[in-house]
Amino acid sequence: MIEFVNFYLIPAFTLGAIYALGAVGISMIFGILRFAHFAHGDVMTLGAYGTLTAVWLIPLPPLLLLPFGIALAIVATLAVDRMFYRPLRKLATIYTVISSFGVALIFRSLAQLFWGAQNEVYVPGVQRPLVFFDTIRVSALHIEAILIIIVIALTLHVFLTRSRLGRSMRAVSDEPELAAVSGLDTDRVIRWTWIIGASLAAIAGTLAGLDTDVHPNLGWNLLLPMFAASILGGIGKPMGALAGGMVIGLAEELSAYPWLGDGPLISPSYKTAVAFFIMVALLIFKPQGLFKGRLL
Amino acid sequence: MELSGLAFYFVGFLIAGGIYAILCLALNIQWGMGGLFNAGIAGFFAVGAYASAIVTAASSNGKHLGGFALPVPLGLLAAALVAGITGWAVAKVCVRLKSDYLAMASIGIAEILRLVIVNEQWLTNGSLGIANIPRPFEGLVRGREADLLFMAVIWLIVIAVYVLCARLNNSPWGRTLRAIRDNEDSARAVGKDVEWFRLQTFVIGAALMGIAGALSASYFKFLSPAATEPLLVTFLVWVMLMAGGSGNPKGAIAGALLIWGIWSATEIFTNRLPGEWATRSSYVRMLLVGLLLQFVLQRYRQGLIPEKSPKLEFERK
Repeated sequence: MIEFVNFYLIPAFTLGAIYALGAVGISMIFGILRFAHFAHGDVMTLGAYGTLTAVWLIPLPPLLLLPFGIALAIVATLAVDRMFYRPLRKLATIYTVISSFGVALIFRSLAQLFWGAQNEVYVPGVQRPLVFFDTIRVSALHIEAILIIIVIALTLHVFLTRSRLGRSMRAVSDEPELAAVSGLDTDRVIRWTWIIGASLAAIAGTLAGLDTDVHPNLGWNLLLPMFAASILGGIGKPMGALAGGMVIGLAEELSAYPWLGDGPLISPSYKTAVAFFIMVALLIFKPQGLFKGRLL
Repeated sequence: MELSGLAFYFVGFLIAGGIYAILCLALNIQWGMGGLFNAGIAGFFAVGAYASAIVTAASSNGKHLGGFALPVPLGLLAAALVAGITGWAVAKVCVRLKSDYLAMASIGIAEILRLVIVNEQWLTNGSLGIANIPRPFEGLVRGREADLLFMAVIWLIVIAVYVLCARLNNSPWGRTLRAIRDNEDSARAVGKDVEWFRLQTFVIGAALMGIAGALSASYFKFLSPAATEPLLVTFLVWVMLMAGGSGNPKGAIAGALLIWGIWSATEIFTNRLPGEWATRSSYVRMLLVGLLLQFVLQRYRQGLIPEKSPKLEFERK
């Protein structure tokens, strides 16, 4: 039982937090700009490298240097939106999907060019886990990740329901024509969508890098589960995407637990497949997701 | 007669270019004619390569499935079948939804196929790969001229696929597809079964991608998971089709040769750079291809050879 908590449940929540942070951005962009953002994983990668560079220069713990990663991710997404996505906005959105596919490659080759293709770690050496009640062993990172996701979930909820900007975002996502007719500043909404999506992606990327290591494919490898999470939560529902990310993270990690017999239920090398099959099942039976998102 | 080094290089270029041309024609059916976004080209390519390798390779040393030593055409057929069925499964789930969902699912299936290929040793021999994959008409000629023969085979297949595409483009089937792509609702209103047409499109494209994979396995005579590097294949084919002109099979072939030419030419150049710079410059090439795609998308969406709708011919009375 204690082994279950230590080696499966707590890492599952961490993985879920990473997926959730990425999925919020994907869901908001899909809801407001109407396209599946294929470069979102690579925005995470850039965020992770931004934080990494700051760690090299400033002797502070990585999580305190998150603003550098966030800044890099925001600058990068606003730049590609201005240069590559905006000129295509009048066309069918599938062109923007193709463009974002290319942006993913651009981001990745930039990461390889500036930081190299090798694996990097934020803090060298093995981190000792914290022990509670003599039995529960948790690494500090996993506690931090869970705290971060709770804080962000609360902030996001307050922002979307109370602030004017957050409410305009929901309006544009739900009824774009009506929102434009009622005089909402769509450009501003789009800008803030990118800023929020990029910030959360940078946090997710840094957490993923802290959990394992930083490499140019870091974010791309997480893209599929994040798409699954945003569909599960319902497109255009940021809070749903948060929940969806947690569910996918839990499902992936817990599928490796020996529920029946001695071996893992599903071989750990097929973890990603779990997310994919959840996504396929959703697309067949409930494409609008669990929280009544849009069906685009 | 011994071929000179340069001519030999050129033959190699045309073989790889021909394989890319088949992939590009396949994508042209899915995207150019059907408007379906497939981000998992590498997956269908890989599954076709493995299907053919397992069926045609002479011996498997008892370590994995295979060693049937069947003739190459049967290998191509197996590749088309397996890739087509995979494509059918993906499309069946996604065709009724917006194209973005198909994009997400196709990237997913490519990833799953990659996992299966790496992990299922009994099927694919894992990272050790499958060796001794035969080429068509092997044994008729020896040495470097064998490549010449293989090039001829590849381009005959390219021409066959091209003729098929051109005929499809002109057929009622092709017209219906373009109608669906350009205005789904009106196509539906005149009674076309939109989902069924899209399903067919995706399956035909996927099967052709499988054949391209099988030919590539024959070309290298050896197949390992590294040969089907997922992103590069998928991405290059997309850039080729967009640059060449989506919707036009001639454009697909032209784009494949053009982009493959640029890619190979820069490789000759960057390979001469000293160690560290040579690795770095390969990232610069990827970056440039990424930027080229953006340029094509914004300024040049028609491509090299734009789509031309076939002439309507009415019977005079």
